[in-house]
Amino acid sequence: MAMTKEQLVQVKVNGRERQASVEPRLLLVHFIREVLELTGTHIGCDTSHCGACTVLLNGKTVKSCTMFAVQADGGEILTVEGLSADGQLHPLQEGFKEEHGLQCGFCTPGMLMSSYALLRTNPQPSEEEIRWGISGNLCRCTGYQNIVSAVRYAAAKMAKDTTTPVEMAGVGGKK
Amino acid sequence: MIPPAFEYLRPKTIPEAIAFLEQHGDDAKILSGGQSLIPMMKLRIARPAYLIDINRISGLSYIKEEAGFLKIGGLTREAELEASGLIRSKYPIILETAHVIADPQVRNLATVAGNLAHGDPANDHPATMLALGAQVVATGSRGDRVIPIEEFFLSVFSTALEPGEILTEIRIPVPPARSGGAYLKLERKVGDFATAAVAAQLTLDGNGAAQKVGIGLTNVGATPIKAKKAEDFLRGKKLDETNLRQAGQLASEDAQPSSDLRGPAEYKKGLVKELAKRALSRAAERAGK
Repeated sequence: MAMTKEQLVQVKVNGRERQASVEPRLLLVHFIREVLELTGTHIGCDTSHCGACTVLLNGKTVKSCTMFAVQADGGEILTVEGLSADGQLHPLQEGFKEEHGLQCGFCTPGMLMSSYALLRTNPQPSEEEIRWGISGNLCRCTGYQNIVSAVRYAAAKMAKDTTTPVEMAGVGGKK
Repeated sequence: MIPPAFEYLRPKTIPEAIAFLEQHGDDAKILSGGQSLIPMMKLRIARPAYLIDINRISGLSYIKEEAGFLKIGGLTREAELEASGLIRSKYPIILETAHVIADPQVRNLATVAGNLAHGDPANDHPATMLALGAQVVATGSRGDRVIPIEEFFLSVFSTALEPGEILTEIRIPVPPARSGGAYLKLERKVGDFATAAVAAQLTLDGNGAAQKVGIGLTNVGATPIKAKKAEDFLRGKKLDETNLRQAGQLASEDAQPSSDLRGPAEYKKGLVKELAKRALSRAAERAGK
């Protein structure tokens, strides 16, 4: 089996500095799941269609199955594990719970990350804007309606409750 | 799906990247957005021994008008096109094209230059650039080379880029007054490649007839297709229903689609005919405003 020189990857993940020596061909999603042991990020299709692997890298959503870990070196990553602070659910997580925005839950981390990114730049999205914002995330269970409701719930909550930090730890990057 | 092992190089400048390309020749590929290349590597269809990551090179990400051209830098992301006030206000054809490429996550990384350089006839920007009469700048060890877009696409995954060259800029002649364009794509679902798509760019003369016509077709051949018969027909003519329908018919005759999961070839030809008519109609509306 061919192996190449490993390279050091240093990243800030959910606010914590992490590093590991990895092969260049290690996909970012495998780095997150197997090296960092953050298994909230899912592999749904492995062909860059479904978005279950969505995380934020330097403030932008990316499909972590379509990047190599070495590309993220020096950057900041936010995964679904980074959404809640001090044991409190993020309004988006609360929204998905209250509005039944999930059934099997497999697409949910990706949906949360895409919705999170959407609300950062568009805090009061219309239904059409929500659907556009999650258009890179597929769901086989819900038919999307309750996911849209969940995002609306979160948007409403975040507008009312200004003590909720909009910026979660470790996102970084420009808006 | 795991790609075969490769060596990862991260140059800090264009000359450094070019030096790596020249050193490794056919064994090397440029990694910019990676949203077309990495899926191919995961399927092991692409197996570069060396991956040259150019994402840390500064000065390649810009959208500006200069010296009569709209200039788009080689690392400009699709998401940056969507967010650009200049593109949104003056180049709706480019906005429409960017909007139908994949999805928000992919557009955060995917570059316009990569969409052209990859040489996939299913990519969307090639047809639009054909319609706009664009040029691309290929940078190699001997400097910059300007390639007209009509000479750029040779075959499937094959472009006029030489082995030691990087696509560093796209130049679109700023359209004159009374110009308008549109990009219409039919896809099975959001994010899919086109079943077929048509880019249309028009400039009208003082009488409302077509003075300049550019029509590009997506995913109906081994390369993106410039619908020359339709362009030649429409030049000098009024953009009425009869002429638009005839232009659509001629555009469909230039299409050479394959039958596949997206539909039979005859269906795709019919689709080109209708999309061309509608894209030209919308372009004419925008030109007339």
